[in-house]
This record gives sequence, structure tokens and C-alpha cells, in this order.
Amino acid sequence: MSIASDTITEKSGYRLHVVRTDKYKTNTLVLKMKAPLTKENVTYRALLPYVLQSNTSKYPTTPELRSYLDDLYGAGFYVDVAKKGEYQILSFTIDIVNEKFLSDPTPLLEKAFMLLSEVIFHPKKNGEAFDHKTVSNEIRSLKQRIQSISDDKMRYSATRLVEEMCKNEPYALEASGNLQDLETITPESLFTYYKKVLTEDEIDLYVIGDIDEAEVEVLADKYVSLLPDRVPARLQRDTGKEVGKEKEIIENSDVKQGKLNIGYRTHVAYGDSDYYALQLFNGIFGGFSHSKLFINVREKASLAYYAASRLESHKGLLMVMAGIENANYKQALDIINEQMNEMKQGNFSEEELAQTKAVIKNQLLETIDVSRGLVEILYHNVVSGHDISLDEWFAKTEQTTKEEIVAVGQKIQLDTIYFLTEAEVQG
Amino acid sequence: MEKIVFSQLKEELFHEKLENGLEVYILPKKEFNKSFATFTTKYGSVDNHFKPLNQKEFTKVPDGIAHFLEHKLFEKEDGDVFQQFSKQGASANAFTSFTRTAYLFSSTSDFERNLTTLIDFVQDPYFSEKTVEKEKGIIGQEINMYDDNSDWRLYFGTIANMYHQHPVKIDIAGTVESIAGITKDMLYECYNTFYHPSNMLLFVVGPVDAESTMKLIRDNQNNKEYQEQPEVERKFEAEPETVAKDKEILKMNVQTPKVMVGIKATDVYQSGVQLLKRELATNIYLEMLFGKSSPLHETMYEKGLIDQSFSYDYTQEQGFGFALIGGDSTKPEELTESLLEILQKSKSGTGLSEESLQRTIKKKIGSFLRSLNSPEYIANQFTRYAFNDMNLFDVVSVLEKLTIEDIGKVAKEFISDERMTVCQVLPK
Repeated sequence: MSIASDTITEKSGYRLHVVRTDKYKTNTLVLKMKAPLTKENVTYRALLPYVLQSNTSKYPTTPELRSYLDDLYGAGFYVDVAKKGEYQILSFTIDIVNEKFLSDPTPLLEKAFMLLSEVIFHPKKNGEAFDHKTVSNEIRSLKQRIQSISDDKMRYSATRLVEEMCKNEPYALEASGNLQDLETITPESLFTYYKKVLTEDEIDLYVIGDIDEAEVEVLADKYVSLLPDRVPARLQRDTGKEVGKEKEIIENSDVKQGKLNIGYRTHVAYGDSDYYALQLFNGIFGGFSHSKLFINVREKASLAYYAASRLESHKGLLMVMAGIENANYKQALDIINEQMNEMKQGNFSEEELAQTKAVIKNQLLETIDVSRGLVEILYHNVVSGHDISLDEWFAKTEQTTKEEIVAVGQKIQLDTIYFLTEAEVQG
Repeated sequence: MEKIVFSQLKEELFHEKLENGLEVYILPKKEFNKSFATFTTKYGSVDNHFKPLNQKEFTKVPDGIAHFLEHKLFEKEDGDVFQQFSKQGASANAFTSFTRTAYLFSSTSDFERNLTTLIDFVQDPYFSEKTVEKEKGIIGQEINMYDDNSDWRLYFGTIANMYHQHPVKIDIAGTVESIAGITKDMLYECYNTFYHPSNMLLFVVGPVDAESTMKLIRDNQNNKEYQEQPEVERKFEAEPETVAKDKEILKMNVQTPKVMVGIKATDVYQSGVQLLKRELATNIYLEMLFGKSSPLHETMYEKGLIDQSFSYDYTQEQGFGFALIGGDSTKPEELTESLLEILQKSKSGTGLSEESLQRTIKKKIGSFLRSLNSPEYIANQFTRYAFNDMNLFDVVSVLEKLTIEDIGKVAKEFISDERMTVCQVLPK
């Protein structure tokens, strides 16, 4: 068993993280670009990675770029836009086979660096604008992606809860942007924003695999050399919003199953001393299949197939989700409230606590068995500005007491209840 | 215990067939934190017509019963097995497919105890009328959840279009009505018929010692009494080669329409290397036509017929096989026509060049190696392959031998108007 950690080197304009391991048959590069989530930029950021991944100056069409990837033994290349706390993060991932598993010995890691450099620094452009056709294709594609969120009712109701709960806070913005802004974006304005990203974003590059650290540094210096030094924007912590009267929002839609989503403020974020207690609180309450929500909403009352909770670690939110019969709204809500009260009063056993500690540890260890999972765990430190090692994470979780969990429970406030339900039929 | 070495892949696989017929495979992965085990029976949603153990007559069971049984096996007289796994720091799960039911756990500690829990709970059913009734509410919500999911409805809509008789067209979880009739006695009957060790496979992957793990499993099985059991007799009605319906439109509460084209395979009783070759060749064929490297993909993308959700896949099991191609589209009719045209033209070789084949093979080899990073993938796929007498680790060698003639043959034999169907989800 091994607990992975990254070797971090400050480079011009970015941070290089190297993790050496011979667990995988591939080597993975993940470039992350982070900036505050703002109404002004959100849709630009949502669109940019998709334009960059379409083509480059050297590979001016998607088939040319993708054929090149195929030739590199099907190198995986993915982009992603996500929200962590009130930051919006763009990720570019290249996953390439380690040639030691091939009969063909061509070194592939350098090709991955070349490709990353090509995509980030050498887009297909027209003067000071991206290629028009590429941008219009990707605008159309993003538009459909935004619409498809509301076509997926489970996702839609989760999104609506956040919108209602965090109204007037940046966190209410969707990482995939919005249709109104999308219409105003031009190949010129997107290019201007792209240059801003290269000079202002906080950038981290992770390289993971059976690799030589010195070699990685040489490659990084050779291929990721066009980033000026910067002082990236950092947000003030914002987990403090006091909850007034709780909100209840019932929305009608044509759904067979009602989707119940509930949001709480925890006032605790990654890096706080009681963060570990909060994780355990969530685990006992709703994180797993031994948790109170699963047992009481699903197993005992037979009301739901899924009934669970999860944390947003940087904004300090706890979210409950359950799919229920439309008519069972009150009953499900009563059970969830009751279980929250049980938690706050410390009505959980030492056994439930021990169980949850074991499962959280297991979950973390499993996550770091996957290279992209490992990057996500390590990246918490970048987002929060802390430096917590995995060993520390394990140790603190293990030491947490029942009293600490009850104490963190006192901070948790119900904020918003959202229910998506079938339109009422007039009798 | 035999040891099989895959030197290029740097993997060693251990295998033993136990006295009671159980097939056991162990793949040590020293560098991983996680151990993962799957215990799978060759019994899925399509096995709804069979001779129950010790009976002479065929019987038909309610739709969704294999999946229902999977849920109920977790419950014991003294509580829920999920609880026990999490006490041991493991996370457990299960799934039912058309042809398999798999029980699994992953853990990073207490591996031997968790493995014992897995084997014992699957081999010790406890069904009561009361808990069976209670489960109907939970599974009813699972069915409703899928009913609200337009991608799922599109998927099953397309399969239902293709088949006249074959039970692959029935939703794996059944319907609220069909599961209402399930009783504890039916569950026991299915269990006793399909959960004999000789119909099952246990796969372990992770930082484990092969010798001692095999011993643990062997001892565990030697302590249980199993009578020898003949192979299960299943019955399937004759299935015409043509599709049942060439088009279906589902109206749902969506903004963007969805399109899926299905192609029904013929000659679906292959197994072993033959099946592996058929499956890989057909997937390569689809990738050459519809992959992001293909100019045909580019054209559809630029015309606004497809977006990032576009996908394609071919799968084949005993008695059925189909390709599914589609995604979200604001121009569902144009996309449908365009897909059908590309498929038809491929019969005369359009889109299928030698150069593109070599590139696509490389891509598939790379993705296969990448998927070996995942213990879940290895265990699940290995089991599926083994139930069809194929070997997962043969994938690279079969891929390397594929020729453009093989691909041309796929196009000619596979593509035929009367075996193609389309399903669309349109806004209400």
C-alpha cells in the first residue's frame, strides 16, 4: 500500500507537480487553470477548453488532431470545466500509454507534452481571433450541453437547488455557463479572454506515472515555457452566510418521480480543524449505504431508491438528494429532518462512527488508485491554499471524536428545500 | 492452480476450477491500494424461461426477477450485508445485466474477511414475504427514476424496436406491474437454479497473494455442501432476423431531441475467439466511420447534426447482438438519414481505408491498455468474456490481426435495411 504525494516545483507562471508511481499502464498529464467564478467570465471559461481541444495550428481540423492522437496509441485527451467553491476550473488531461507495455518503443511522454503545448499555446487562429467556424461549432455544441442539463431531471433539480439557495452569490453560477452570454461571444472576444487566462489564471500542471522526475522537468521547461509570472487572484473565504428563514421551493414539471433536494450551510471548509468531523458527520448522516438516510428513507420506509447526502468542501455546503413518489413529499422530508436532528443530538453509536471512519479511509485510498482521482485530491490544497498531506488527512479523521462531530453539527443550518414534482392535477 | 503469464502486459493471472465447479481467477496488482472482487452468476434479465432445478417442465418467471433477487440477496435475517461490509471498511455493490448478476466489493483493508463476507452472503439466501413486499416500493422508485431518464428510454426504445421475441427487449428491472407478482418462493426457485457454483465465477484483483487467497476460497467452498447440478436449460422463442419495428418516436419533456439507430446482428450463436473477433471487428468498423478522426464525423458535427454526446457501440452475447449509434440532435431527421446513408455507403468501402484501419487498431490497443488501469474494468470484462469462452487478454493479439477484408465483411454482412431501426425522443 502506498500513500502518494506530489513533488512541487514553482515554475514561471505555473506550478509543476510530479507523482512517480508504477501503478499504471499509462502516464497522465493534467493542466488546471483556475480563476474566480464571475458572471462576466463564466461562459467564456465554459467555452474556451472546447474550442482549444477542437484543433491547433499544426492540426487544423478535428480529424487531423484526433488521427494524431490515435497514432499515439489512442492517447486520451479530455477537457473539463468544473466549479470548486467559488472558483471555475478548466482541466486539460492527456493520458498516454507507457511504451514499456508496447512492442513499439517510441517514447510517448514527450509527444504528450508536445501535444499539450500545441493545444494550449498554438491554437488555430486568424490574427487576434480564434477560427470562426470552430467557435461557431463549439457555441452550438455548448448550447446543447446547457440545455441537456435541464433534460436530465436529477441534475436539473440539483442545479435548481443551488441557484435558489445561493442567489446573489457567485456559487449560483453554473460552470457550464448560460445561453444569454453565449450569444454575445465572438471569435475575437474569446481570443482576448484566452490571452487573459494565459497571463492571469492560477495554473498547475500534474504529471503522474512511471516517469523520471528530472526528465519531466526538462520536458516541462521545453514545452510549457510561455507563461509569464503572475500573482493569481485569490478569493476571500465565503462560507459564512447566515441563514434567515429557511426557503421552500416547489416546482412543477412532467416527472414520474419527484426529486427532493435539500441544502444546508455548514460554515466549515477544507483546511478547517473541524473539516474532518464534518466529513464524518456527512458520512454517518447520508454519505454511504450504511448511513442514516439510506437506512431510514430507503430500507425502513421504502420511500426511495436513492437517498443520500454529499459535501461541497470549499463552499461549505451539505446537500441531500432523494427520488420519491410525488405524494410522499411530507413523509420523506419529516424523516430527513428527524435524522438531521438525531445527528445534531449525537444519537449515533460508536459503531456507526468506527464504520464511517473505515469507509472514508477506504474511499480515499481507492480514489488515489486512479490517476485523475489522485489529482483531484491533491488539487484541494491548491483551491484552499492549504498544504494537507494525505497522511495528515487519514490521521485527523482517525482521531476525531463523537463530541467533535456533535459540535460541528451545531454549525449546520438548513437553508433551502427544493422539490421538483409532477404538475398538480385539478380534481 | 495454474498460472498464466502475459509478458508484454506484465500481468500474471492465476486460475483454478474448484471441485464444485466454481471458476476462480486471481490477478495480483501489488501497487494498488484497493482490492476488488466480483462474484458473478451467469444469470441475467434474459433468463426468464427455463427448467427450474429438478423439474421437467419449462417455466416463465416475471420480468425483472433477476434484478429483484440481486436486491434481496443483500438482506439477511439479522440485517443488511451493506452494514457488515462498511464495518469492515469495504464498499459493496451489485448489478444485473442482460446475461449476468454480479456482486462485488472493494476494500483497502481486511481483504480476506471481506472476501469471505462476499462469498458467504451470496451463497446464503434469506427471503421472506415481508421483505419481498417492502422491496417492491424501493425498486418501484428505481424504475420511476429510469422512466424519467430520456437517455435510458431511448436506449431501451431502440432495443425494443429490434426484437420481436427475445427478452433482451424487456427492461432489466421489469415494470411496477411485473414485479408486483414476485414472491419469495419464486426467488428461491431462481436462486436454486442459477446460483450453483458451477454457474458462477469469482474474480479477485488487487494487492493480494494468489496462493493464500486461492486457499481461502477453496477451503470456504469445501466447507459447503453442493450437489452436482446439470447445466441450466433455457428456452428462447425463435427470433426473426428482421427488426420488429423500423421507427419509434417517444415524446418526453426534453428540449433537445435524441436519436438512436440500432442495427440487429444475425448469426449470434458464436463464442470464443470467433465472437471476440466479431465484436472487435464491428467496433473497429464503427470507430472508423463515426470516430472523431473520421471526416464523416467532422461533416456531421459541422452541419450541426451531432454534438459531444454522440456515441456508438456494438455488443454481442449468446442469442443477441446489436450496434447502437446516436446522441442529442436538434435535427433528428437529418441525423437519422445521414447515419443510414453512411452505413449503406460503407458497404462499398466508403470510409474504410487501410490507413484508417491501422490507426484505429492502434487507438483500440491504447484504450485497452488504459482500461487495464482499472480493477473494476478487468474484473467485469474478464467475467463477461469468460462466460462467452473468450479471454480478455487476447484482445491485443486479435486486434493486431484484423485486416481491411475483415472490416469490409462486417459492412457487407451487417448492414441491411430490414435489420436497422431508429428511435427518437422528441419534445412534447
